[in-house]
Amino acid sequence: MNESIRSILKEHGRLAIEVETLAEAADLYQAGMTSHASVNVMLALESQFDVEFPDRMLRRGVFGSIASIREAVEELTAGR
Amino acid sequence: MTIEIAAKPQDAHTPSDLLARVARIATQVARVHAEDVDRKARFPTEAIEALKSEGMLGALVPSSLGGPGVPFAQVAAMCEVLGQACSATAMVFAMHQIQVACLVRHGMESPALRDYMRELVERQWLIASVTSEVGVGGEMRTSVTSVVREGERFTLEKDATTISYGAQADDLLVTARSAPDAAASDQVLVLLRKGDFTLERKGEWDTLGMRGTCSPPFKVTSRGDARQILPVPFAEIASHTMVPVSHVVWASLWLGIAAGAVSRARAFVRQQARSRPGSVPPTAVRLAELSSLLQSMRSSVHDVAVEADRLMGSGDADALSSISFALRMNNLKVSASQQVVDIVHRALLICGIQGYKNDSPFSLGRPLRDAHSAALMVGNDRILATNASMLLVLKDD
Ligand SMILES: Cc1cc2nc3c(=O)[nH]c(=O)nc-3n(C[C@H](O)[C@H](O)[C@H](O)COP(=O)(O)OP(=O)(O)OC[C@H]3O[C@@H](n4cnc5c(N)ncnc54)[C@H](O)[C@@H]3O)c2cc1C
Repeated sequence: MNESIRSILKEHGRLAIEVETLAEAADLYQAGMTSHASVNVMLALESQFDVEFPDRMLRRGVFGSIASIREAVEELTAGR
Repeated sequence: MTIEIAAKPQDAHTPSDLLARVARIATQVARVHAEDVDRKARFPTEAIEALKSEGMLGALVPSSLGGPGVPFAQVAAMCEVLGQACSATAMVFAMHQIQVACLVRHGMESPALRDYMRELVERQWLIASVTSEVGVGGEMRTSVTSVVREGERFTLEKDATTISYGAQADDLLVTARSAPDAAASDQVLVLLRKGDFTLERKGEWDTLGMRGTCSPPFKVTSRGDARQILPVPFAEIASHTMVPVSHVVWASLWLGIAAGAVSRARAFVRQQARSRPGSVPPTAVRLAELSSLLQSMRSSVHDVAVEADRLMGSGDADALSSISFALRMNNLKVSASQQVVDIVHRALLICGIQGYKNDSPFSLGRPLRDAHSAALMVGNDRILATNASMLLVLKDD
């Protein structure tokens, strides 16, 4: 899953640094992701994992690192 | 049970009493000079000095730091009453309160900033805002310039497109990237103290409206103590405080401008009615329509002000950084900035040539010119573009 998340970030996150070099817990906003880019990341994640992030998850923190994105996706896909 | 005999603020300092004092300053000082301020594009010195003498520049500072701790919704109400009298005074007051709100809500953990807030209450420092920058326009969440830290000190230079009352302010709050190698959106907010910065004026402020805000471009050059860099990322300050507070206080003062225009239209219609008792002047129907538009604007501004006050007071970080909250705050800015122009324009139609003339008691030129700044203060299309992208993921559940 981390690989899919990284490739989505690479394509849509508009990060200022190489996605490969990012630690799982690294702050994506500090790495240059804007709010606008984060929306594209959300859309790509929804499409890739066939999930819909409920509004309660649409917060900065949830999309703030690879680890937090993975947790959110895992929560939504749990029990499939 | 213990009975607390804590030093309660005296009646004279209850928020509603403070609001009454600001209302007095609005009618007795700001209104008197509004015309001159506008014509000469000069700073509304008299009204701002009066607000300082009542301690209003520290209104938001909590009692633990010696301030009156006025609730945010009350400060919005103050902007509204000032807006009715002099838009420039209201905008200067509003912009200053936005800066204080950022310090009060995000600087409390810093001893240096707490000391500053105490001093602000005592000395009534006026703080200007430096977010806009050459090259990024109104995109507040992007900076070109950066803070350069050298041990305990920093240096910072910024080419600012617009700094309202830059030349009159004591201190500045400036956005910048957190370090020379930081990403464009990785920003911090820095307090520049008087004496630590110089401003080089790069142009004039000869505008259609909001002339008394005195907001020309400046080049800012500064150095200071690194403890003046706010200890949290600007991203958080922006979403939790600066954006919601700005949109609410701006919308409130625009509501004041609209209400001021409607009261001129009402006076005009009453005068018409008095001159021909027994017949309802045709403009009265338009006035009835206008009164309903003003009521909708007022309800939406007050509703959102109360909601923002409640959420900010709750400290619910998740709710404050949610997309739905950002959307509602942005909606308020866009709708209020359009309503104010529509309402003032309709008031002008009611007053007719008497409203069009600059030298008539029903003149609406100044409020109309001032109202047109609302859509540009962070371009509405820029805000709508942000909302459009948020709506792609928001489900409204
Ligand atoms: C009275 C007044 C006082 C001010 N005081 C201050 C102050 O004290 N401090 C400060 O920092 N700034 C201040 N400003 C500046 C203000 O906050 C904005 O930064 C500035 O008005 C925006 O400048 P702009 O219109 O040139 O730039 P831009 O934001 O670049 O906008 C230019 C045009 O492009 C459009 N646009 C931009 N981006 C998009 C997009 N993504 N999608 C669609 N359309 C887009 C806009 O809607 C607009 O039509 C003040 C402005 C006014 C009017």
